[in-house]
Amino acid sequence: MKEVIQTASRRNFLGTVTAVTLSATALALLDGNDAMAAKMKDKKGSTANDVGILNVALGLEHEAINAYTLGAQSGLLDKGVLDVAVLFQSHHKGHRDALIATINKMGGKAVAEKTLAQYATDLNAGSIKSAGDILQLARRLELGAINAYLGVIPSLNDKALGQVAARLAADETMHWTLLNSALGGAAPAGPLSFGA
Amino acid sequence: MRPPIFAAAIILLSSTSAFAAGDVARGQILYESRCGACHSIQSNRTGPKHLGVVGRKAGSIAGFDYSPALKKAKFIWTPKQLDKWLQGPGKLVRGTNMAFTVPKAEDRAAIIAYLAVAK
Repeated sequence: MKEVIQTASRRNFLGTVTAVTLSATALALLDGNDAMAAKMKDKKGSTANDVGILNVALGLEHEAINAYTLGAQSGLLDKGVLDVAVLFQSHHKGHRDALIATINKMGGKAVAEKTLAQYATDLNAGSIKSAGDILQLARRLELGAINAYLGVIPSLNDKALGQVAARLAADETMHWTLLNSALGGAAPAGPLSFGA
Repeated sequence: MRPPIFAAAIILLSSTSAFAAGDVARGQILYESRCGACHSIQSNRTGPKHLGVVGRKAGSIAGFDYSPALKKAKFIWTPKQLDKWLQGPGKLVRGTNMAFTVPKAEDRAAIIAYLAVAK
């Protein structure tokens, strides 16, 4: 397994990605969130807490979407890598849409997206000089998102929301794995390597 | 009573000294993988920037949109407060948006050691 990942070429990285439509992803999540949101409205004390947590998650998704935009607009990515970046970005847009819908249905106010220029400053995009720099930034952000989603599960008051957080973490883990492979990174040495 | 800035400086100096033996390098790795989704040292992101957090008043970064609960907080971020925070942010500040926890004491200590010296 380790050797397979370490020797994976960028072509393999691109070849393993299959097309997923944004609408299918978003709708699948939202279908589950309808019932969840209605149930959460009956628990006023816990709803505000969960809305706050979901808004933090939404902030991560806004940032990820803009990070991929910065990468795409850099002119540093070849077409194959660019296609994958756009695909990953579409996943994050699906996450964003699902989170906004859930927050709204729970009676909360979704946190607003910042400007692309602000994200560029926040992420120190000026230091990016190569495609590798972009992939490393994406890998770092995906790892952070994995750990963030896994880390908040115990704090969520509703198990269904916990399941959504786990599904989001699974998507981010898929992104991290492919990015790590493309960068020639080794597989994690031990088990339970995320979220603790 | 000492002026707040003087008191904060004492906290910062004492905490830096106290954590000198801590594993700052491991703390940086943990910080980047655990906290890095929302935070960075130099920039406000989903969470506020952490430059100089040890010794700083809670909820005091200008321009960052804190939760109402954290805006009302009165305490200084000492290593002890940060340790409590990382065990359960909602227990320390009820109503905060941060829900992420660091369960292991040695991991929290390493992250706080890094925060005390990060630039």
